[in-house]
Order: sequence, then C-alpha cells, then structure tokens
Amino acid sequence: MTNKKDKVFGTGSIVLLVLIGLALIVALIRYFFGLGAISNLSDAYPWGIWISFDLLCGVALAAGAFVTAAAVHIFGGETMKPLLRPAILTGFLGYILVVLALLVDLGQYYRIWHLTIYWNLHSPLFEVGWCVMLYLTVLALEFAPMALERYKLQAPLKILKRISIVLIIAGIVLSTMHQSSLGTMFLIMPEKLHPLWHTPILPVLFLTSAIAVGIAMVIFESTISMRVFKREPETVAQGKLAIGLPWVLAIYFIMKIADLAVQGDLGLIFEGSTASYLFILEMIIGVIIPFFIFLSKGVRQSTKAMFNGSIFVIAGLVLNRFNVSLFGIKAPATASYFPHLMEIMITVGIVSAGIMAYYLIARYFPVFSEEH
Amino acid sequence: MKNVSFLIDVTKCIGCRSCQVACKQWNQLAGEKTVNTGTHQNPPILSAKTWTLIKFDEFEKEEGVNWFFTKIGCMHCEHPGCVSVCPVGALEKTETGAVIYHDDKCIGCRYCMMGCPFRIPTFEWDKALPYIRKCTFCYDRLSEGEMPACAKACPTGAITFGDRDELIQEGKKRIESKPEKYNPHLYGEKEVGGTSVLYVAPKDADFASLGFPVLGERALPTWTHNALKFVPGQIVVVGALMSAFYWLTKRKMKNKAEPEEVKHDE
Repeated sequence: MTNKKDKVFGTGSIVLLVLIGLALIVALIRYFFGLGAISNLSDAYPWGIWISFDLLCGVALAAGAFVTAAAVHIFGGETMKPLLRPAILTGFLGYILVVLALLVDLGQYYRIWHLTIYWNLHSPLFEVGWCVMLYLTVLALEFAPMALERYKLQAPLKILKRISIVLIIAGIVLSTMHQSSLGTMFLIMPEKLHPLWHTPILPVLFLTSAIAVGIAMVIFESTISMRVFKREPETVAQGKLAIGLPWVLAIYFIMKIADLAVQGDLGLIFEGSTASYLFILEMIIGVIIPFFIFLSKGVRQSTKAMFNGSIFVIAGLVLNRFNVSLFGIKAPATASYFPHLMEIMITVGIVSAGIMAYYLIARYFPVFSEEH
Repeated sequence: MKNVSFLIDVTKCIGCRSCQVACKQWNQLAGEKTVNTGTHQNPPILSAKTWTLIKFDEFEKEEGVNWFFTKIGCMHCEHPGCVSVCPVGALEKTETGAVIYHDDKCIGCRYCMMGCPFRIPTFEWDKALPYIRKCTFCYDRLSEGEMPACAKACPTGAITFGDRDELIQEGKKRIESKPEKYNPHLYGEKEVGGTSVLYVAPKDADFASLGFPVLGERALPTWTHNALKFVPGQIVVVGALMSAFYWLTKRKMKNKAEPEEVKHDE
C-alpha cells in the first residue's frame, strides 16, 4: 500500500468530490422533474450519451477484468499476475458505474430488478441485463479476497480460493455473452443504423473490440495508478499482455473489411458522407495506428509507449460505440441532439466517483500485492 | 375477427382530424401547447399526449398543389420490433392483433423506441416516473366489441376497420379497380413482415414523400433472434474451451514445476 504520510484528499480528490456532488444535484432534479428537465433526449433521440458512453463504453472498457483473468489463470500467464487485481477492481467499479448510470437513465429506475421476474428471452437487453447482474456478482466475489485479506478473515478466503477458478470461468462466459449481445441490440434497426455498422456479425465485432480495449484499459489504468501511487512500473507484465493486442486488432480489421466486402458495402467507406468519415477515423485511430504501435517489440518494452498506444485503442473504441449507437443512427430530419450540460455532468460525476473509489480502495486494500 | 386491422385510404381523408380528437377524448390525453409551424399539422409530432396525428403534406404540381392528409400512429406490426426487444415483456402482441403496453412491467429503458422502425412509441419526458405511450388500437374498446375511437369518428370512410386478410383484399381491390387514382403499393402488406395498419395512397404521392420509412419485407425480430440463438452454444463452447485450456495449463505447469515445488512448500 502507499506511504501514509501522503494526504488522502489532495486537490485532485477535492475536484472529484465537487464533480460527484454536482452530479448528485442533477440526479435529484431528474428524480423530481423527469428526464426532460436535465437532458436533451427526445422521442427522436431516446438514447443519448448515457447509453453510448456510460453503458456501451463503460461495459467495453471494463473488459480488462475478464481478459486479464483469462490470460493469467486460464492460459497460465503468471507474469501478468500483478495486473490482475487492479484489472478486477477496475472491472468491478466499471460495472457498478454502469448500474449507477442506468439508475438515472431508466424511467422506472426503481424497477431495475424487474428483469428477474418478467422475462423476455427474445430481447438482447434481457440477456445483457442478466449477464451484467450475474457478472457483477462474480466480480464482487473476485474482489472480495482484497477486502478479506485486509481484515484477515481466513475462513471465507479459503472458500473463495477453492471456487476461484469456477468464478473466473463463469466471468469469462458471462463476459463473452454480454459483450457480444450489446452488439446484438443494434441488429433490430437495419433501416436506421448506417450499413457501415449494421451487420449480422456486429456481436462478434463488439466482443473482439471489447477484448482489444480490455487489454488497452489494463495498460492505461496500471500506468496511471503506478504514477499516482509512485510504484515501480509493471512493464514486463504490461508487455506480455500487449503481445496479443495487435493480433486482436488485426482480426477485427479483417472481419470488418471482409464483412463489408461480402455485403457489397466497401464503397460506402469512401462515399464522402459524415458516416464514412467517422468510420475511417474510427478504423485509423482505434485499429490501424495501434496495430502498428503494439506490433513493435520496442513499444512493448516501454510503459510510456504502451500507455500512449492504449489511448488510441480506447479513443477508437469510444468513437465506435458512439457511431453504432448515436452518430450512425438515422433520426427524423427535423430533430437534432447534443447532450445537455446536465447530461454531461451526470456522466462526469459517475466517472469521477469511479476514479475516487479506485483511489481509496487501492490506497487501503491490498490491490497491488497479494498478501500471504 | 381474427386479426384487427385498419385500411387507411389517404385519398379519402379530408384532414378534419376527428380521429385525432376522438383518440384524445377516449384515451383522456391532455392537450398540448404547440407552436405554429406554418402548416395545419398540429401538434407537429406524435407525443405521449398525442397518439395519432394527421400529417399535412403539400406538393407542387404542374397546376396548383396537391394536398394530402395522412393519419399516422402505431402500425401494430405482425412481428413487432418493440415487443421483441423489450427486456421485461412490457409490450405485447395480443391475440386480437393489437400491440399493447403494460405500465406495471416497464422499466423505462426506451429500447422499444429504438426498435420501432416507424418511431411510434413516445416517452413521458416531463414526468418523474415516466411511461411509454402509444396507440393501443383502443384495446379496451375492442374487448367490449367496439371499434377503435378514431375509426368510429372518421366521417369519410378513410379509416376502415376490419379483419387484416379482408382489408388486404379490399385494399388491392381499390388499387386494381382505380389504377388511375391509386398508387399501386399497398403499404403495410409486406413491410417488416406485415403490419396491421394498411395504407393506400393517391397515385401522385409515393409513400416515402408522405413520410413513410422505406422498409424491407424481413420481420425485424429475425435479426436479433438469429444472433441470440447462438447464445446457448456460446455458453457451452466458451465454458468448455476455458475449462480445457485451464486443465492443459495446470498440467503443463505441474509437470514443469514439480521438482521445485517441493522446495517452495513450507
């Protein structure tokens, strides 16, 4: 853990707390006066940044937990172990933040549990909801050892250790299910979603890009926490995890281009529309540039270079999810949408809460080192 | 009657908006403050308080203008996207053919609005606990053997209420008997797998220019079903693969580390 002489609440923490406070005020306005009072959402744009960023990006960016767990425990990448606990913490917090955002976004937020009693097996969102509920439970149990070690509770620790591999495999299965089903959600709108993004393989593309961004997020988050907590860089572990990244991106690229070719839509890339520019931007930033960055062995031996590379993957993923869920969707010609300041404040407050929680938990719990 | 349906004849509509008013009255929908947008179309769009609306479209022709009035509202699809995507089954395609909404199940996720190719479901944006709102085909009237309020109120016969199969025949008959009057397309017969609200339009108006989306014949839920049917297999395959890799890794490590492990154990 960290040097206890450091102040717990520096300037950064105070800024975060203010942002969280502002989001709470906005949430109160929403709970009294409705979604119209704090958002520019409308019948023409029922989904805005909360779905595009907080839900779709949030879930994808939290994929580091299952990707690292698989790398370490399933494929025996022991050298990557130092990255696992921080990745699980990021994932756990990430999914909690997704639920927090939904508690603002859902009209009948207090009925979020209705998924457990009213089933519609035909709905991709039903599957996503169930997977998120179950995976959140798995992540809580994967996080629990950090809390149990802190308080030296040996008995439950033993039980968790015994079932840990079951949890890890369950986590991987649940993750591949809902990461892909988030893509399935957009298959219902073939006439609304631009053909550059609407494809029957969208679920596979969502899963593949989530794996890529999961790796990138672990590199990103471990580099930052190394700086914040003044720890030795985990360059070797990061480099090992990054070996797979260019190949995941290559597979994504080939699937995407091959699919467009099969559908006869390759020409759309160069049609000169806003959609085509967004698509080109997304592919260059998120796929092509980081492919070459992470292909280099020199990069994989430098935390700084990998950190810079990870920003491309993350930015590309964010743009992709916005393209699929917002920019690429046809709306009535008379309508327009730009998020209201208060909508952005909710998102900013939720992200701030995540950072704050990560900071405090990493400070007081054995996140960076397994204690024996 | 097996499957309730409307045949809406745009050539017969005079734009009186009796249907619009009748809908508001029967469903007790509040009035809306609107602004003058330069047409008689009022309110300008559907909302949680306006479930059906007469669209006013003006098109210039060689001499003068064509003025068309089109009633819009829920199409009550044969294979509704909204019903298939709702995670809690709050929307239902009833046996009558009407697509209805259950307030008590809804979580307010608005996926139905995204999943509707006609952008029909609306949301109560001004309420703290908002619901989805849309035309119910006057489901409460249907169950009493009454026809929907809009059809009852129409003075010109622009809204014919009846069985879907019969109304398809009726629509085709009208188009065939007066090809000089009607557009040959019976909208809703095949769109997204068929809708319970059918339209015939005047010859000099195509449906796209009247604001109807140009849709394929494929039922939308088949898109998501085709992906979701892989999920059970995905669970088995991913679960089995991960278990197998885990077993292999463990065996490999055990073989490699066995001599050393003895020393490390306390």
